[in-house]
Amino acid sequence: MATTTQEVSKHPVDLLIEEYGYDDHFHEHEHGGDKYQSGFIQKYIFSQDHKMIARQFLITGMIWGILGGLMSLIFRLQLGFPEESMAWLKPLLGKWIIINDGVGTLDPEFYYALVTIHGTVIVFFVLTAGLSGTFSNLLIPLQVGARDMASPFLNMLSYWFFFLASVVMFFSLFLSTGPFAGGWVAYPPLSALPQASSGSGAGMTLWLISLVFFVVSVLLGGINYITTVLNLRTKGMNMWRLPLTIWSFFITAIIGLLSFPVVAAGFFLLMFDRMLGTSFYLNEIFINGQALDRVGGSPVLYQHLFWFLGHPEVYIIILPAMGIVSEVMSTHARKPIFGYKAMVYSIASIAFLSFLVWAHHMYVAGINPFIANFFIVFTLIIAVPSAIKVFNWITTIYGSSYRFNAASLFAVGFVSMFISGGLTGIFLGNAVLDIPLHDTYFVVAHFHVVMGVAAFFGMFAGIYHWYPKMYGRFLDESLGKLHFWGTLIGAYAVFMPMHYIGMAGVPRRYYKFDSFDAFSQFAGVNKFITIAAIITFVFQLIFVINFFYSIWKGRKMKTRNPWGSTTLEWTTPIHAGHGNWPGKLPAVQRWAYDYSKNGRDFIPQIEPVGEDEKDDFH
Amino acid sequence: MVKPVGPTYSEEQRLFQARKFGLWIGIAGMLMVFTSLTSAYIVRKAAGNWLEFKLPDVFFYNALLVLASSLALQMAYRMFKQQKFGLYKGLLSLTWFMGLAFLIGQYAGWQQMNEMGIFLQGNPSGSFIFILSGLHALHLLVGLTVLSVALIHAFSLPDRLTEHRKFRFELTLIFWHFLTFLWVYLMALWMYLA
Repeated sequence: MATTTQEVSKHPVDLLIEEYGYDDHFHEHEHGGDKYQSGFIQKYIFSQDHKMIARQFLITGMIWGILGGLMSLIFRLQLGFPEESMAWLKPLLGKWIIINDGVGTLDPEFYYALVTIHGTVIVFFVLTAGLSGTFSNLLIPLQVGARDMASPFLNMLSYWFFFLASVVMFFSLFLSTGPFAGGWVAYPPLSALPQASSGSGAGMTLWLISLVFFVVSVLLGGINYITTVLNLRTKGMNMWRLPLTIWSFFITAIIGLLSFPVVAAGFFLLMFDRMLGTSFYLNEIFINGQALDRVGGSPVLYQHLFWFLGHPEVYIIILPAMGIVSEVMSTHARKPIFGYKAMVYSIASIAFLSFLVWAHHMYVAGINPFIANFFIVFTLIIAVPSAIKVFNWITTIYGSSYRFNAASLFAVGFVSMFISGGLTGIFLGNAVLDIPLHDTYFVVAHFHVVMGVAAFFGMFAGIYHWYPKMYGRFLDESLGKLHFWGTLIGAYAVFMPMHYIGMAGVPRRYYKFDSFDAFSQFAGVNKFITIAAIITFVFQLIFVINFFYSIWKGRKMKTRNPWGSTTLEWTTPIHAGHGNWPGKLPAVQRWAYDYSKNGRDFIPQIEPVGEDEKDDFH
Repeated sequence: MVKPVGPTYSEEQRLFQARKFGLWIGIAGMLMVFTSLTSAYIVRKAAGNWLEFKLPDVFFYNALLVLASSLALQMAYRMFKQQKFGLYKGLLSLTWFMGLAFLIGQYAGWQQMNEMGIFLQGNPSGSFIFILSGLHALHLLVGLTVLSVALIHAFSLPDRLTEHRKFRFELTLIFWHFLTFLWVYLMALWMYLA
């Protein structure tokens, strides 16, 4: 028990934790130094502390974000300016720029490789590992009131498997035959036959190895997230008092756990087809006039296995963003989130439905049209929980005195993007409309807006909001707002015109359109998109600079709870050590959204419900 | 208002509980691999051009063997709790050898299939059997490694019943039973669909 002289200098939050908290005798277990934080290597590299692992995921994800973005700029240059010489890229791309009479052109094979790797790394490395990995790691123990994850060791392994996946994928970029070039979905036969294209050889082998490591990483992470949320919540933290961030990370982890093994099984069969001569996916194929000796396989089987992950994957990407947005919005609106339980049930029903809609990616793959009907119905039903969520976000900020800062602006931007992209999803969910639109830029525009840009917005909202928690300093607000407006306008400038050219029938995946007179009229639009993409990318560099500058030079955090949040992560000391709370664990007394209540701006979760106060939630 | 209820067991037990739960979650993930391959198997079979053949006998005997090994391990666990350390070590070793025998048996089964003219390559009906039993064998190899660690502990640590060792044993037990279940399930599936 602390003596009174010590208590005088104590933070009021510490006093609350001291009084009502729960003593788990945490530091009594340690004999001679903290094994988690002694020494550079244990603290910064092979760290088992969830806060450090979160930052490792974030920075690795950012590096991949920059690389993936740069790849898109190169293929956008090809699409926007097919006639211009790309000789100036020769020092970077080497033999992939072919120079004829001083005019450099991008190797078409490499164009496909860029598109493929862009898709793979943005979907998996940035928006899964970078988003879910970062924020689940940072927030789950902090917001449920745990010392760390259930298994800090597996948590560390989860990052290092991701790192391994990254290294293998990065290495594949430098192969003389090029990285895999058959699309991020890696459909056979392009992915199954090493002789199918130059990227299908060593490039595809490394792609598969990388993704298998990645699946291991996701599973190790997911096991920890689920276990921690269910087993290590602090005293008083029942499920209905969890912030929506935790609900979304929790359900995301469940989806990942159930869907990633399926794609792993698909990859497993693919490896056998590639290396050991089985015929799971291959059937009566001629290559260079030679019939292969494989019979009896079905390439559609791979598509089923892939999309059984692939569709839940888009919710693995978007649900954490939704959770972050709910939390950030409620905090900056100074209002409880509207319809907390409806939000939770929506997340759960989106997760459930996500397993019933995978074949809507396969309407043109030759599946039975009657089966397609089943998938159409469930796809359209997803609009219901999605609309409930959008409604709740709008009603949360409606009538509030919303604090407009970089974090909260990105949260609003997320909703804007999610609505825009969600609406086109209703078009594409119908097989009748999807069949003509499927191979056009309409699809590219749809998924980039709804799960690419929107998820990035959620991620940025989270980074601006929790940056002080991660580094004890703030990101620069003005640069943050500049970043927001540049990204919002830029992203719409890139993707809005794509809907238009898609509806006009311009096919996606084409290297150039010079042999199709019908599409020559869109050359101007393509130029516009490319220029917009370059400008939008430059705005991201502002963010990157802001991020790394602020780690060392940003405005210092002076108070523990700069946003006036109710949740537990802001009750730790500014630089929380291993174990998060120096003494007792905080006990939770109320739900996470007591904003503007009883004439008070906010009431932290650790404050007991007063005598005359109504517990809003239970 | 829900009354905040503090945990009634120690922090260590709480962490054990969490990790045991984590193992179940991991098992759910592994099960998904087999579930998806099952569905691929069923769908592919329904599509026709499917070679029917008789499963090697040794697969059946192996199902009995692995069931017996689960029983032995369960008994070992009971002996450990009753602090009959001699029996505990004996039964644990027996389980280990049964696991090894199972793997050897599986290998013989694959040989038997090859002799019948069923190879990994060729009609997917055979490939699927190789893949599913191979994946199971891979998991069993992990299980055998876990058992090896348990064996080393059993023979190197002093004969004492501690919470921590009991907990570790429980994890081993759960995983081993899962492997047994998996093989029995696969056999049931193939027999049902044959």
